[in-house]
Amino acid sequence: MILYDYILSASCYKVRLMAALVNIPLTLKAVNFHPKKDHKSDSMLALNPAGTLPILVDGEHIMTQSTQILRHLATQADSGWLGTNADAEWFNFADRLNASLGIARLHDILSYDVDIEKARRDGVTQLRKLEEHLSEMRFDGMAFLTGTRPTIADIACFPNTALAPDGGVSLDAYPTIRLWMRVIRSLPGFIEMPGIHRLHELAPDPVVPV
Amino acid sequence: MTSNALNYWYPVAMCSGINAPRDTLLLDEAITLGRDGPSYWVRDASGKFLPTVVRYGHLWTSLGQPNRELFTIPEAEAPDRRLVDCGSVKVKCSPLRAVENFLDIAHFPFVHTDILGAEPHTEVARYDVEIREDVNEVWATRVKFYQPQAAQSADGGITTDYMYRVAAPTVAVLYKTCPPRPGEWDVITLFVQPLNEEWCEVWPWMALYDDTTLHAELVSFQQMIFMQDRSILENQIPRKLPLDPGMEAPTQADMTSIAYRRWLKKIGYTYGAQVVAA
Repeated sequence: MILYDYILSASCYKVRLMAALVNIPLTLKAVNFHPKKDHKSDSMLALNPAGTLPILVDGEHIMTQSTQILRHLATQADSGWLGTNADAEWFNFADRLNASLGIARLHDILSYDVDIEKARRDGVTQLRKLEEHLSEMRFDGMAFLTGTRPTIADIACFPNTALAPDGGVSLDAYPTIRLWMRVIRSLPGFIEMPGIHRLHELAPDPVVPV
Repeated sequence: MTSNALNYWYPVAMCSGINAPRDTLLLDEAITLGRDGPSYWVRDASGKFLPTVVRYGHLWTSLGQPNRELFTIPEAEAPDRRLVDCGSVKVKCSPLRAVENFLDIAHFPFVHTDILGAEPHTEVARYDVEIREDVNEVWATRVKFYQPQAAQSADGGITTDYMYRVAAPTVAVLYKTCPPRPGEWDVITLFVQPLNEEWCEVWPWMALYDDTTLHAELVSFQQMIFMQDRSILENQIPRKLPLDPGMEAPTQADMTSIAYRRWLKKIGYTYGAQVVAA
């Protein structure tokens, strides 16, 4: 499978992370999204007329929606990742995270022209909902969005949440979100992206040469 | 705070990215820049034209009377080098902290894990640092560090040689081992535009020997590295760079940083600096 990828994109990271967690190798094709805007180039528009990333090509199939891509990857692997009917609700939530925290991040990093105060305010609203939901799940002994195991819902919502500080929104006020992020970061096969660091404490003790 | 800083050259745009007039900030001042055909212009808030230089893919300007020519990087002029525009990233930190981070090696295994460094290879061997009075620059030489993937063009781990150079208060240049062409140096720069004392726009730029890696991959590699630094930089407190020893105790590995801070103090460059011991 080929992923047309931008290293700083939260949506592309969803795909890289999902593939890593289910152990599906991807061939990454870096797209010069910034500064050259190559995702709007003729060759990329031929692949995806919407001019967005990520784009996953699997044989004849060309997929351009990250939720569709997550489902595609999950169906190839352990079906537990596909989750429940509740996933659809969380995909909508992931879209709202993208339209608030994601936009704030693009403003702060790459100077996107947006109403930054509104983007951050909307982001905080989503984070409060997420904190509340995850707290209730925890009361019932569940660490993930829809139950006791991670699903594509968690992977869809994780990147823009974890990258909130990039857009000037602190996660200090959300202890349960931070616990959830920690659990995701400790999943076998987890990979990082710039702005989301790995858990160094999970690495084996370095072997010090004698 | 700004009086001394006014007389330096600063990057304000990547030339290939200027399509329409653009408003930005330089040292807290609103400026506007643009191009008319082949010529670039920058104006301050009163409409006055500011001096400009086009060099190394970027447009440079000054709000005051530049007291010296804009630096040069002779190595970067070689005709067969690939010149790589990397765009810019905004960071909420002092422009001086952005430069200092670029000069630091010790963080590689922890921030750029498995790329520019990896445990247990964390030791920074002794290297040479000097303030070169004749050119008024800070140089660190004979720097060596083990790196799992030193560049996009590197295949596996190598011990990389580095030289670091501070060519101006907000300009750092690094020279590093060039995997496909031993004996030459790859040139990677960090041009920092001070928006204000605690906010900057960073324009990385590269002049490499690399015939195989796709342009988009080179840019992607550089942006990945810099964005790994960004979240660290935004969490450094205080946001301004302390020039006097106080809360931040340097170690042997920080010799370049010590020289940089000492040099800033010597030349009286305090924009973005915290001058009172914390």
